[in-house]
Amino acid sequence: MDWINAIIQGALLGGLYALFAAGLSLIFGVMRLVNIAHGDLIVLSAYVALTTSVGLGLNPLLALVIVVPVMAAFGYALQRLILNRTMGDDLLPPLLVTFGLSVIIQNALLMGYSADPQKLQAGPIETASVSLGPITLGVMPVLVFAVAVAVIAGLQWMFYRTALGRAFRATSDRQDIAQLMGLNRAHVFGLAMALSLAVTALAGVFLGIRTSFDPAAGASRLIFGFEAVIIGGLGNLWGTLGGGVILGIAQTLGAKINPGYQILAGHLVFLLILAIRPRGLFPRMDG
Amino acid sequence: MRDLSVSRSTPASTLAMAALGAALLVMFAAPWWAGRAELRLFGEIFLYMSLATLWNFLAGYAGLVSVGQQAYVGLGGYMFFAATMFWGLNPLLALPVAALIGAAISAPVAALIFRLRGAYFAIGTWVVAEVFLLTFAQVTSLGGGSGTSLPVGVVKGLSESRDGREALIYWLALGIAVLVVGAVFAFLRSRRGVALTAIRDNELAAKSLGIDIWWTKFTVYVVTAGLTTLVGGLIFLQKLRISPDAAFSVNDWTAVVIFIVVIGGIGTLEGPILGTLVYFALRETLADYGTIYLIALGVVAIAVMLFAPKGLWGLIRGHRGTELFPLSRRVRGLTEKGQ
Amino acid sequence: MPDPILSIHGLDAHYGDFQALYGVDLAVERGQVLAVIGANGAGKTTLMRSISGLLRNAPDAVRWQGRPIGALRADQIAALGIALVPEGRLLFPSLSVEENLIIGGQLGRKGPWSLTRIYDLFPILKERRNVPATALSGGQQQMVAIGRALMSNPELLMMDEISLGLAPVIIKSIYEALPGIVGEGLSAIVVEQDIAKALSVSSHVTCLQEGRVSLTGGSGELSRDAISKAYFGV
Repeated sequence: MDWINAIIQGALLGGLYALFAAGLSLIFGVMRLVNIAHGDLIVLSAYVALTTSVGLGLNPLLALVIVVPVMAAFGYALQRLILNRTMGDDLLPPLLVTFGLSVIIQNALLMGYSADPQKLQAGPIETASVSLGPITLGVMPVLVFAVAVAVIAGLQWMFYRTALGRAFRATSDRQDIAQLMGLNRAHVFGLAMALSLAVTALAGVFLGIRTSFDPAAGASRLIFGFEAVIIGGLGNLWGTLGGGVILGIAQTLGAKINPGYQILAGHLVFLLILAIRPRGLFPRMDG
Repeated sequence: MRDLSVSRSTPASTLAMAALGAALLVMFAAPWWAGRAELRLFGEIFLYMSLATLWNFLAGYAGLVSVGQQAYVGLGGYMFFAATMFWGLNPLLALPVAALIGAAISAPVAALIFRLRGAYFAIGTWVVAEVFLLTFAQVTSLGGGSGTSLPVGVVKGLSESRDGREALIYWLALGIAVLVVGAVFAFLRSRRGVALTAIRDNELAAKSLGIDIWWTKFTVYVVTAGLTTLVGGLIFLQKLRISPDAAFSVNDWTAVVIFIVVIGGIGTLEGPILGTLVYFALRETLADYGTIYLIALGVVAIAVMLFAPKGLWGLIRGHRGTELFPLSRRVRGLTEKGQ
Repeated sequence: MPDPILSIHGLDAHYGDFQALYGVDLAVERGQVLAVIGANGAGKTTLMRSISGLLRNAPDAVRWQGRPIGALRADQIAALGIALVPEGRLLFPSLSVEENLIIGGQLGRKGPWSLTRIYDLFPILKERRNVPATALSGGQQQMVAIGRALMSNPELLMMDEISLGLAPVIIKSIYEALPGIVGEGLSAIVVEQDIAKALSVSSHVTCLQEGRVSLTGGSGELSRDAISKAYFGV
């Protein structure tokens, strides 16, 4: 029963990883940009939530009302002012610029908040749980998983059913021809980054409620998100959720064997899948 | 009427090579004229120059943008410690042994992560570095998560006196810098190097010329990994202490190195050398400011990438394509004919 | 004489170090169909890319109803009512036929063209509207490309080599649809390598040769000889 419990907890943890991954997946899908600063932006969101919830005396879950638009606006500005200048055939500029951004965010947080671990206090909901027979489920992990499913369903709907999604797909297909349709590429990219960071804000707040975080916590969040994307198959949003779940389960099972193996087990499963199914477990049909 | 001829050297490069030779002589003599602190600083400069040259070789020439080279720096440190502590090797022998182990381990790693493209390759290299870190953190005989120090016996094996030891470590650093820059230079001048440049300029065209892109990149990756491991071994011989976080630090061994190359000028041999000198000049002046200097470095690197993507060396050499290392073949006599 | 809707004066265009157009002049009047002809590499597609904003120019080199637009972005130019059917069709593969048409109209410019009218013009597209656009035959894809441009209700429609790579019978049916398209006060530029086709649908013709205008005049007035000299340069 312990093992089944570990698998279920791991699957729920996978919801959080899918949230880390969804923003990464979105901007890769629209503009082929891999944002190395993604993990640091998740952590930055957690700090923004910390400051707003402490400053205004809000529950961090309520602080989302502020954090999500703030991060989205930041994403739009970041894309328009900096990242759009790096977009082109050469992949080096966006890579190096987002890498630089990652170092800047990390050290700026270090200056502003020190290296001490912080945590978001969400109150009784953190420890609330429901029992299903012998299995006990935390309310927060279930909530996070449900939000992840909702976010992915929402992104899927947006992509395939709305004018914005059409603009994203057209721009992703052929940037110059999309421009001929009156779509301003710079603006479309800005919107994609805004949306990505809105999801990132959710991920950051949930991360901060679940565990303590510090300015250096971004790197591993980027890596978890990236692993979920690759395990699930590039360009497949539901696959990303599957990838997150597999990663989460690998980690909780690893931790069950030896607490030191938690993260390592996740990486090894990722490398194993890369070795046997390099295009991920759920590759996109048309890709 | 003059004849056309092809040569690699130019008056500028001949002069630069002569100056370089002179500078090397002066630097070789540093243990006799420099103080202990300077000697240590010079050693560190040469080690960073080597790391920057290697990363530039990988990213600037082979297009393999890695953010996980700390994997090999740390591996080098740990292998050096293991070779001296457990296998009783002399430190001077342990360094090349570590390098060979690094190259051997990098081959299957390359086979795996070459399945990832572009930026995803970059993050894949980072995963590998994390795996190395977490693995060494589990090795209790090397101190696990908190690390270990080099036993006094090993240190003394290098040289009995402290001055002698520090001079030797310095000379090793200087020697490795010369070896690394020389090896990259020689590779780029060889047939393989020409193939590499062809791939960088146009992968499709290079393929149609029958260049095996995978093998060329694989070779570069393995050679770079081996040499990076060598540098890593020496870095931790100088530090005398190793821990997983220090050994596999992405900031120390990759972020700083990338900034050095970008600021100096990516895709040139001169860029990383110039970038290293600029970085240490900045660091020595701004060291008191702590974190803000890493932020400043990041801002400068982003600004360079956006506004002068060829770096400082690109600005200096301008459109004339001046090279201090005689690398490109140039046709002589064309301008004279035109007159 | 009425002011031209589009006028180009002294237009140069470059791809890096390579210059593709040298001081091109031309004008299109309202309701006029201008044919641009020329051999492969004469600069026809470059001219289309320059007008549509995919290549940036000096502001004054291109004027739209008197206003300098040479330096505007492609999306700003599209918003003014200039639409391009690009060479090679270049539909959006991730979008269905209908989505390709809808995105053509996403600027929301008012005018006679709507999804219904496009489907009336090309009934086959209605049948296949939910199919991915690139699953269609070449001729049907060309209909989507033309429909996509019309959906923006342009005042100037530019068509770059719409017959390229299509079977003669398909070309014939597309050209038969053209009078119905340009009938309603719409101006058009038709780029063709096929001189006879170009002359049959146009009132004026401009010939490009190696990036320069080599001949210009009324489609009915120019002699075969003059045209082939301007076309081939011999």
